[in-house]
Amino acid sequence: MEILTAIKRVPETGAKVSLTDDKLDIDTTSLGFTFSPHEECAVEEGVQLVEEHGGNVTVLTLGEEDATEQVRSAIAMGADDGILLDGGDAEWGPAGTAKAIAEAVEGSDTDFDLLLFGNESADTANHQVGVRVAEELGLPCVTGIKDLDVDGGTAVAKREIPGGSEVYEIDLPAVVTVKEGLNEPRYPSMRAKMQARKASVEQTEPEPHDEGLELVELEVPETDDSPAEILGESPEAAEDVVDVLEELEVV
Amino acid sequence: MVLALLEYDDDGLDDVSLQALTLARDVAEQAGESLEAIAFGAGAEAVAEEAGDHGVETLHVAAADALDDYAPEAYGRAVVQCAEEIGTEAVIAPGTDRGAETLSHAASKLDVTMAAEVTDVEVGDSYELTRQRWGGTLIEHSRLTAETNLLTVAANEVSVTETGGDAAEVSSFSPELEDGDLRVQLTEVEESDVEGVPLGEARVVVSGGRGTGGDFSELEALVERVPNAALGSSRAAVNEGWRPHDDQIGQTGAKIAPEIYVPAGISGAVQHMVGCKGAETILAINTDPEAAIIQKADWAVIADLHEVAPAIAEELEARGHSE
Repeated sequence: MEILTAIKRVPETGAKVSLTDDKLDIDTTSLGFTFSPHEECAVEEGVQLVEEHGGNVTVLTLGEEDATEQVRSAIAMGADDGILLDGGDAEWGPAGTAKAIAEAVEGSDTDFDLLLFGNESADTANHQVGVRVAEELGLPCVTGIKDLDVDGGTAVAKREIPGGSEVYEIDLPAVVTVKEGLNEPRYPSMRAKMQARKASVEQTEPEPHDEGLELVELEVPETDDSPAEILGESPEAAEDVVDVLEELEVV
Repeated sequence: MVLALLEYDDDGLDDVSLQALTLARDVAEQAGESLEAIAFGAGAEAVAEEAGDHGVETLHVAAADALDDYAPEAYGRAVVQCAEEIGTEAVIAPGTDRGAETLSHAASKLDVTMAAEVTDVEVGDSYELTRQRWGGTLIEHSRLTAETNLLTVAANEVSVTETGGDAAEVSSFSPELEDGDLRVQLTEVEESDVEGVPLGEARVVVSGGRGTGGDFSELEALVERVPNAALGSSRAAVNEGWRPHDDQIGQTGAKIAPEIYVPAGISGAVQHMVGCKGAETILAINTDPEAAIIQKADWAVIADLHEVAPAIAEELEARGHSE
């Protein structure tokens, strides 16, 4: 199987987010970078499928040149090849991102059987890049998948709903966007990380696209940090807890 | 015209659809336009009254044998055709899996960018949006200037209001599907073998984190004592292998909206809190008075959850509360 997994470099935000002076970005001066849990599962799933069925996993990202760091992290997890669509420092919207990825797929020498994405990115959460890539390429697409089974040219994908899951059967090639919980991503060994540092990452420069959705500014929301009313510091507080539950009429 | 996409079940319109409808009506009123809606399946006629009560004038029912089972690309196609037929300036969908998926297909077909996770719209020459990034820990103000503005409404952020209007007029709508639109279609729905109330629907959610040390038995026993209660967990507990991922509350797990949330032995990381921001109240149990969760909670008990949870269960029993 030939599998493409798409990931996005995002800052590792801590308890408090602070913004740059122009309020157009997160101040990342003291932050590390990563890719999201959904996308870790996408990479892991690709690697597991190739372990089972043979083939290659190609990991792709669109971002600044430093995003090769995340491509290498995915290679350390077991991906075979890396591609950076060098978008520069600018923030790319979902339509432009999808067009660039679709073009890279069409221009590739590899015929991919499966394109794996995170259901939504951790930062901008636009929820649409995977679907748009599928539309651009004329491929079927399922989203929000937490269970995936590939058998020959078809896949059975499941999406969690309250009290159960929806089951979809799709023909490959296809686009699947996944959620955390699909699998347990592995921790790469130090040896794998060292080797990944030497892996070559193919680079191309995609054409920007006008989105019609323009960022005006970001804002860190006010949070109510007034301290809680302390009901007690021992199990005897259970009486007050039950008073609260009775007051709310939930028991 | 403003068009809202609605999801429903046997009990009527879904909560997030009602929230989307409330925001859609606000947009329509600001724009001086009428509010219409689209829903799929023959059963959709049954929600005409409820839709009208929330300001919908016309409900377009897309019903055809081929559309009985959810099919994202076909639904996206139908939304595009309905929007074009009635000449709408905006399509507003609930920020659910299906809502986002259907509208993503529509957005791609219309070659416009969809704005997801929107919480507020100011209508002027353009749409001035407020939307959520990072699960709501960051707010984005942005400007949407598409020919048709497509947006999904963030779940549990908009307070639902009603207009008391008459039932919406039902208009049947037959989309012209193209080859491949039904390539992806819901094959079956599997019921979970896990018993009890789904997390997203529970009125009371008790959850445990690293502070449980892996022992959830007291929390399980407490949940069993409370009607409409469900047990959740933090990401740390899932990563330890103590709980299945389905129980995880947070940015990459379940989003809950109970009347009271009881996190026990959970520190309250930002990524966890965005999963429970829909909770009306929070009562934290934690041994650490400095834990972030104490700042976020309305009430707190500073003690060991392994002692507090059984004490609460006993007190409930003593007062005659039982499932």
